[in-house]
Amino acid sequence: MSDKTRSRPDTRDVEPRGAARDQTGATGAAADPSGGEAAGELSGRSASLWADAWRELRHDKIFLVAAAVVTVFVVMAAFPVVFTRTNPRSCDLSRSLGRPSSENWFGYDLLGCDYYAQVVHGARVSIVIGILVTVIAVAIALVLGSLSGYYGGITDSIIARFTDVVFGLPFILGAIVILTVFENRGLFQVTLVLAVLGWTTMTRLMRSSVISVRDSDYVLAARALGTSDFRILTRHILPNAIAPVVVYATIYVGIVIAAEATLSFLGVGLQLPAISWGLMISDAQYRIAEAPHLLLFPGMFLSLTVLSFILMGDALRDALDPKLR
Amino acid sequence: MGRYTARRLLQMLPVFIGTTFLIFALVFAIPGDPIRALAGDRPISPSTVATLREEYNLDDPLVVQYGKYMAGLVQGDFGKDYNGREVVDIMAHRFPVTIRLALVAFIFEILIGLVAGVVAALRRRSYLDTLVLVTTTAIVSIPTFVLGFTLQLLLGVKLGWFPIAGISQGWYSYLLPGFVLGALSLAYVARLTRTSLVENLRADYVRTATSKGLSRKRVVGRHALRNSLIPVVTYLGIDLGALMGGAIVTEGIFNLPGIGQQVFLSVRAQEGPVVVGIVTALVLVFIFANLAVDLLYGVLDPRIRYE
Repeated sequence: MSDKTRSRPDTRDVEPRGAARDQTGATGAAADPSGGEAAGELSGRSASLWADAWRELRHDKIFLVAAAVVTVFVVMAAFPVVFTRTNPRSCDLSRSLGRPSSENWFGYDLLGCDYYAQVVHGARVSIVIGILVTVIAVAIALVLGSLSGYYGGITDSIIARFTDVVFGLPFILGAIVILTVFENRGLFQVTLVLAVLGWTTMTRLMRSSVISVRDSDYVLAARALGTSDFRILTRHILPNAIAPVVVYATIYVGIVIAAEATLSFLGVGLQLPAISWGLMISDAQYRIAEAPHLLLFPGMFLSLTVLSFILMGDALRDALDPKLR
Repeated sequence: MGRYTARRLLQMLPVFIGTTFLIFALVFAIPGDPIRALAGDRPISPSTVATLREEYNLDDPLVVQYGKYMAGLVQGDFGKDYNGREVVDIMAHRFPVTIRLALVAFIFEILIGLVAGVVAALRRRSYLDTLVLVTTTAIVSIPTFVLGFTLQLLLGVKLGWFPIAGISQGWYSYLLPGFVLGALSLAYVARLTRTSLVENLRADYVRTATSKGLSRKRVVGRHALRNSLIPVVTYLGIDLGALMGGAIVTEGIFNLPGIGQQVFLSVRAQEGPVVVGIVTALVLVFIFANLAVDLLYGVLDPRIRYE
């Protein structure tokens, strides 16, 4: 990512929509009869946006596969023992750079450590940072975006200019400079920096989403009843404005995972002896010709994780957009 | 239009000051004394330290340092690094490499991205369309450094088609790095073009053009495509700035002596003035690219009026 993580403007999250839309269009048309039935029995049940979306997603094959892959990686991050009983740090120099074989599919790294165990244990850092950064960024975006969109005026101007300032920093260059400030870099520091630089796009999304619902009749009704601003925001506006942010956040987990790997690869992210896919690829770079498997496996796992989150987000977007039905 | 431009320029001012101040403060916060770092292990006399600190305003408070820096910048003075080299000279040395790299990436985006997008849109739901969709999704998921290494290994080391590192072979050495840098945006351009063209092909004015008896070629080329390219052009405009800021990974992998590499070295060596200078230049490029795109939008799409 890297070159990819330069946090991109809103064009990015707008455009895959149509592409994915047409892709699912075929399956959508095929599933239409059952959809009709669902609508028939729907009258008795709650037909909230989310219930509707879930009904749609349950039949979306791409979403199910992507969700399954994500689940596998989350389990891998939480309980690596399920996948390997080998200690990733038990190394034997005599096996240095051992090629993949029928006994050991992933081979060994320079120090003779079991590469499969390493790749499995590398999932933890990626998943934890991906989810943590996204949660923090979403929290910031919800607060700033709501305030900015709901109150408008000077509040909006100040928040918008502040967002512009952070948005204007080149992402990777900014991260490099900030991370250099820390002498010891671990999970905490990397998470912090990615979150500090990464909330801008979602804030803008939330702002425009709040603006689009803030003058709805139900909001006016609530205000006429004397409901406090806080309650209007949390009970009436938020549930109806959050959908675009949820979609982007799902994709964003993938973007963050790629960004973390890029920073670790550049030597400004996590430091050894941490086990991370970015660090593994960084280690591989000088032996790429003699031991391509050192690049192949962490690269594959990394790309697969990112891909799954992007596909999940795309599917979620299609399901949440009622105009497509 | 003039008033709109003026207002936008005024709005850009606080953003520019805020961003540069942020980067200035961060570089300021990097631990360690740059003058000591300059001397290395050799002893350095207190008077030399004092002179250097005086010359680079290192004893002033942060805000004063920033003020002095900005005062110089307005007069076109980017300052000197701690070895006395002009930052402008360093940038003049490094920027052409990055600009060339970004240009090559840009050309790839336009050529491959546009063609793939148009083909996919015209043959919707065909084998080719699926191929474009699957390929672009795959490209978006592969982080640039993984893609860069893989292509370097396959096309450079194994097949020997492209130089592995450096710029000794002129434009030819930029081909592979340029492709790697542009790959992500290429995928986005392809998808954006496809989506936009598919939507426009269903539009009423396209049906009108067809029923007038115009050839398919003319309907697509003159009517549908021209309108579909508006979002693509705006995306490309913003991307040109982003490409330069994002080139650091590609420059690292292919060992190109561009600004990304320079920033990386300078951060390590605590060369604050160089880091701030380059980032400031990039922020300017980014801000003006955004403004240019907004203005261009009004020119391309007459439905959009400013004021």
